[in-house]
Amino acid sequence: MRLIVDHRTTYRFTAPQARLIQLLRVNPEDTHDQSVASWNVHVDCDARFRRGRDGFGNSTTMLYVDGPVDSIEITVSGEVLTNPSNGIVHGAHEPLPPALFLRETVLTMADLDMRDFARDVGLGEPLAALHALNGAVHRRFALDHGRPAAGQSAATAFQHPTATPRDLAQMFIAAARSLGIPARYVSGYSPACFGDDASPAPHGWAEAHVIGLGWVAFDSCTGLCADEAYVRVAVALDSAGAAPVAGSRLGEGEEALDVDLHVDRAGQ
Amino acid sequence: MLSRTASSLYWLGRYVERTDFIARLVEATVRLDVLSPRPAGEAAWASALAVSETDSAFAKTGQSVTQNNVARFLTVDSSHSGSIVRSLDMARNNARAVRTALTKEAWTGINRAWLLFDNRSSPGGAMATLNLVEAVKAETRGFEGAVHRMLRNQATWFIRLGQAIERADNTARLLDVKYHILLPEGERVGGVVDRDQWTTILQTVSAVTAYRWLYSEGLKPANVIDLLIARPELPRSLAASVEEAVDILNLLAKRTGLHGEADRMARNRHMRLAKMASGAVISRGLHQYLQGFIAENDELHRAVGRQFKFT
Amino acid sequence: MGQAGSTVARPELAALGAWIDETPDAELRRRQQSAEATFRQLGITFAVYGDSDASERIIPFDIVPRVFLADEWARLSAGLVQRVEAINAFLVDIYGERKILDAGVLPPDLIFGNAQFRPEIAGIRPPHDIWAHICGIDLVRTGPDDFFVLEDNARTPSGVSYMLENREAMLRLCPELFRDFRVAAVDSYPDRLLETMKSVAPEGVAAPVCVVLTPGHYNSAYYEHSFLADSMGVELVEAADLVVDDDVVWMRTIAGRVKVDVIYRRIDDDYLDPLVFRPDSMLGVPGLIAAYAAGNVALINAPGNGIADDKAIYSYMPEIVRFYSGGEAKLPNVETWRCREPQALKYVLDNLKDVVVKLVDGSGGYGMLVGPTATKAEIETFRAALIAKPHRYIAQPTLALSTVPTLADAGLAPRHVDFRPFVLTGSKGVQVVPGGLTRVALKEGSLVVNSSQGGGTKDSFVLMDNGAARGQRQSQGQSQALRPELPLHHLPEEANGRPPPAGAE
Repeated sequence: MRLIVDHRTTYRFTAPQARLIQLLRVNPEDTHDQSVASWNVHVDCDARFRRGRDGFGNSTTMLYVDGPVDSIEITVSGEVLTNPSNGIVHGAHEPLPPALFLRETVLTMADLDMRDFARDVGLGEPLAALHALNGAVHRRFALDHGRPAAGQSAATAFQHPTATPRDLAQMFIAAARSLGIPARYVSGYSPACFGDDASPAPHGWAEAHVIGLGWVAFDSCTGLCADEAYVRVAVALDSAGAAPVAGSRLGEGEEALDVDLHVDRAGQ
Repeated sequence: MLSRTASSLYWLGRYVERTDFIARLVEATVRLDVLSPRPAGEAAWASALAVSETDSAFAKTGQSVTQNNVARFLTVDSSHSGSIVRSLDMARNNARAVRTALTKEAWTGINRAWLLFDNRSSPGGAMATLNLVEAVKAETRGFEGAVHRMLRNQATWFIRLGQAIERADNTARLLDVKYHILLPEGERVGGVVDRDQWTTILQTVSAVTAYRWLYSEGLKPANVIDLLIARPELPRSLAASVEEAVDILNLLAKRTGLHGEADRMARNRHMRLAKMASGAVISRGLHQYLQGFIAENDELHRAVGRQFKFT
Repeated sequence: MGQAGSTVARPELAALGAWIDETPDAELRRRQQSAEATFRQLGITFAVYGDSDASERIIPFDIVPRVFLADEWARLSAGLVQRVEAINAFLVDIYGERKILDAGVLPPDLIFGNAQFRPEIAGIRPPHDIWAHICGIDLVRTGPDDFFVLEDNARTPSGVSYMLENREAMLRLCPELFRDFRVAAVDSYPDRLLETMKSVAPEGVAAPVCVVLTPGHYNSAYYEHSFLADSMGVELVEAADLVVDDDVVWMRTIAGRVKVDVIYRRIDDDYLDPLVFRPDSMLGVPGLIAAYAAGNVALINAPGNGIADDKAIYSYMPEIVRFYSGGEAKLPNVETWRCREPQALKYVLDNLKDVVVKLVDGSGGYGMLVGPTATKAEIETFRAALIAKPHRYIAQPTLALSTVPTLADAGLAPRHVDFRPFVLTGSKGVQVVPGGLTRVALKEGSLVVNSSQGGGTKDSFVLMDNGAARGQRQSQGQSQALRPELPLHHLPEEANGRPPPAGAE
């Protein structure tokens, strides 16, 4: 499948900033079933880029901007070709062992309710348990079309009737880990959740490690494994670690964020 | 040198100078009021509050203007920024932040002065107050000596630049508040009370002896004004402070290659002051002149910050 | 204290006993007060959190030095070098190839489940592959030749300023001791540290710019930060003084930006770079890890070192040393039961009233059970916790620590001590500074040497030869209570207690 991504993020500051540094995780990389045909990162002001790699193996871009800056627009766009793989990830750069992804973080801590929930639905062999869990998370929450609330943990999200894709993924991860299955957060792009509508944010889903299969992608938005309509960009223990943008600015005032994001299947 | 270090050294200089000035002000006022055969009373202490720009802060305490209350307010009261203890606190915080740029002796001077106020809630009676401010002065003198013995480098000069600019401000304020004493309207000049007041002013800037050396004709207001404004021989005069600022900025420019608006501003000011006769200042209005000077000094302070990238 | 003990008690040190005998208590006390007055004037203070009355205190100083003989020191040094080399090798491996896990020496979940293993910086290779440039190894002694490692500190060990300032005070106040003893100098430490820093600068930097990065002057160890920067002649910077641009670190000076090559940082990993670690950190430098990953700056010590000095890892140090050095550890650990192992757990549960139980990720004495002094209820609480989550605990025997003579209120008396020597690792090798920080529990019978709980410090003499070769003094042989390093069997019963909790940083 050919997926076309056009992702614009605009930050507006109420007071001009003297300097801006951002850590971007917006570059997808080739895997066995994902091939990046073209990809561009562009900002609307003078900036310096430095490519690198973080500890999870994600490709990173450091962005350095001198002020004064009133606003900055980051445009990420490109085309990615994918093959169906039943959600199984082949050929990704994996510097860390699955055992690391059993670790809880503040955002993915399973409280007692979630542990009970995971134990009740996650029955059987690991793969069966994961499918059951994914379906149960999917059915339990209505999709929230808004932008994810900053810093909200899985345990908090679990108390609400609706959830964003990010929250669904983090709840799945927390539940899977509570069953002793390594799980991680994936950020990327997919039309699976919002279809032709503009997405409020880059997509987030989960991967769980199954012995014999490797990492398998689950999306609790659909209740299914991720198919070929997904562009994998970054993985980490939680959504913060895989965030497309981590930023720091030098200056007073508040910031406002605008996202304009379209993911299209070519020829559709 | 780090910009932050330069800024802290400069502020250290300002706060040490301010500490010393408040100490002198309290000392002179105690002498004028308590130790004088003709106690100056409330007026003297009200004027000390005005000179240190703490009158409105003091009014908020609701206390009456007495020697005990004002002396305590100006020395040990940490609730406002005009007291010795707060000034020392600020000096010490800045010194701590640049501990590596100071010699042990310079740091110790500040720290010892600060320790004088450890757990102290009252300066005590008149004699105890004098002892306390004398001890503060001894430590600030020790600091000054230590700074002069430090390497002749930027660290020393930023401290001294802060001192010079603070000193100019202090002397200008002292004169401005006391100018009605110096230039009373329609009153006979030279009465006994005036003599005491003049002496107080001279004591505050350590100029009693200097006055005798420079003027042979006894205490005259025009001479006191001349001494404090125009005589570069007196370290605390405006002329001396202004000249010192120019000199130090020159030294800094030579060492760092940084030469800019602060230098130009300081040099202009110096040239104008050198050409000016104090008599002309009096005839054109001392108060207006001093207000202008204080504003210009503040401008120079900001230019220094820009030139050396303090923020 | 019987005469019998004196033969055991290191006759080489007779001269110290003689000095103590000859110098009246009042004179010792006067010198001690003089030293403390100097420390206060210099501002060698530490902040006690939550203590508003005395927000800045000095750490009490004891005038009677602790003495290490030359051959004792040689043995200790060899053990320290071996241990620190193993720590470095372990860090290179665990953030790289992880051969030690392949070899089955450590259970992998001990690493990967441990918050001290930092995935964020995995894959980064620090300049020259050195991670633990400055280590402080906490030692305790239970007998003449029995030193044990109580704790490794491979993150930002503090206390070296006390080693140097205590020595300076002793030189000033007790010059006669340096005439009688040939004491190895410690004042080269700042030079050695600077050499170490320069030696690990990124490749190709001819004249590296080194700085010390402090959280600021409100930090409890600020004096030490400024002291070290000062004595090395380098800038003491705060986060706001540094900017990262184009993956290069610069400091802001009055003349513009200056490139920084080596940073001795005294800020915890969590606060180092808000883009990578805690986003709310105000102490950190955004982009610092990117510059580090790009190989443009050396960080001392490397981020991620916590995995080497963690309590859970500690119990495996003998195996770790063996794995990387090929030989047995010259400095043993305090015996440690890993409660994750069923047999060890059973032993600990059966002997709770005799052992010390520690939470593996606890620090500063939190989450700790001291069996001999615990109430029945406390023991039962821990029993339940141990049964519920055994993998979170280790246990150790209570140790009979050695004592050294110390000036107490009623004159000289034996007090318990521990010792933190400092080990430097640069691209040219490992070196141990001949000295260290001796911490002393000033309360009678107490084993707690922490400065926040009534502990003090004293100078640590490392002799260049055994005994006092140059001194002509003879011991008067009268004051056994003053004898240095009392042998084990002289300890009163109640003195046997837990190992002291280790230092603040």
